Amino acid sequence: MSSLVKNIIRFILFIILQVFILNEVPPLHRFIVPYIYFLYILWLPFTINRIALMAIAFIFGLSLDFFSGTTGLHAAPCVLIAYIRPFLLGLLLPQETIEQSYSEPGSKSMGWAPYSLYVGLLTFIHHFYLVLIEWLQFGDFLYFLGKVLGTTAISLLMIFLAELLFLRKGKYRTNAA
Amino acid sequence: MKNIFFFIRRYFTFLSFLLLQVFAIILLTRSSKAHEAFFTDATSELTGKLNKRYSNLRSYFSLSETNRQLAEENTRLKNLLASNNIAPDSSRVMYTDTTHVDSSGRYRKFTWLPARVIGNTVTLQTNFLTLERGSNQGVKKGMAVIGPQGIVGVVVETSSNISKVMSLLHRNSRVSAMLKKDNNAGSIEWDGNDPSILTLRNVSKSAKVVKGDSVVTSTYSANFPSHLMVGTVASIVEDPSSNFYTLKVKTATNFFNVQYVYLVENTRYAEQLQLENTPMTNQ
Repeated sequence: MSSLVKNIIRFILFIILQVFILNEVPPLHRFIVPYIYFLYILWLPFTINRIALMAIAFIFGLSLDFFSGTTGLHAAPCVLIAYIRPFLLGLLLPQETIEQSYSEPGSKSMGWAPYSLYVGLLTFIHHFYLVLIEWLQFGDFLYFLGKVLGTTAISLLMIFLAELLFLRKGKYRTNAA
Repeated sequence: MKNIFFFIRRYFTFLSFLLLQVFAIILLTRSSKAHEAFFTDATSELTGKLNKRYSNLRSYFSLSETNRQLAEENTRLKNLLASNNIAPDSSRVMYTDTTHVDSSGRYRKFTWLPARVIGNTVTLQTNFLTLERGSNQGVKKGMAVIGPQGIVGVVVETSSNISKVMSLLHRNSRVSAMLKKDNNAGSIEWDGNDPSILTLRNVSKSAKVVKGDSVVTSTYSANFPSHLMVGTVASIVEDPSSNFYTLKVKTATNFFNVQYVYLVENTRYAEQLQLENTPMTNQ
């Protein structure tokens, strides 16, 4: 399966998962909103152009927004993490070789610790920005932080589960491919 | 220009990031009322501050125009003030209502009218006063003008509501006057120097004049009633070459602050003047 087709299918699946399952979950706690859709952006291939990355993130966020009726609310954090992603990868990847041998970020291609840091940071940034532009103020800062951290925690938990459930093979790139 | 392109190229990623963010925010504000209100509020706060400063700056350039407009506005409002509206003038009616023949069979010779001074000069060689009373209110050319303290001048021009008075402080002003003490008549003129000093010429040297003597209007004047105060003798100039004194007279009227005057009409003024000016034919 080519990378393009795989990512298009993922696009659709993540949107459907977020919109029709996670968004339908009744509120568990005031701090917790289950978000996992942005994992799609974290899973996009290494080699993708930065501009294209941001464009894809924007369209992805926007398509989610069309379902939830708040146009632009999720697009903005998606573009933000798409913008930050290459910097973070540049910091976390020790050698250029990994980038060349593996197609997309994952625990196998990066190692557990850098991958966890990568996912954790971007998740936190995403939620922080999302809650910020949703509220447009910090309000009670502890509540704000609690909401961000709670949402981040539940997202990380779901991402961990997703990593366990869908064991991506971390395809080794060969010259043949 | 080249540098701008370089700049855009170099930061293209960041710029496109910003662009997408802005685009997302715009979409958000268009879809959500709360966000729209927030961003409109924030932007209008900023633009409002800037606009205020800019208009503060700009107001300096239009200060003269604003002043003109304010002055016009002030004039318009002042014209609405009640104090500008004078009561209809009934005094004229009161005076003319009385018959020219009073109960003891005497004829009325002088009619008095009040008038407000609305213009006055003292610093020129030819000084005039302007009165707020014109031909519609019974002012005629040649009427005498008298202030509360003494005589002021003679009406020379009238329009329908305004009249112009030749002040005593005019080079061409001539009023017949006399010493109150012994009725020695002379002519009051002004030499154009001091607005408080008039000159009384042609007083006979037989008159026993001393400083402080009162000078009043004479009985020979066609327009002035007799025995009205003109002033007091301030100094006596004795001219050895003539039979006449030249007297410096301190004016009774203070021309600097004259506010209200009376106009006096001699009902026989025209008749007297006509007779006086008729050339003698049988000489």
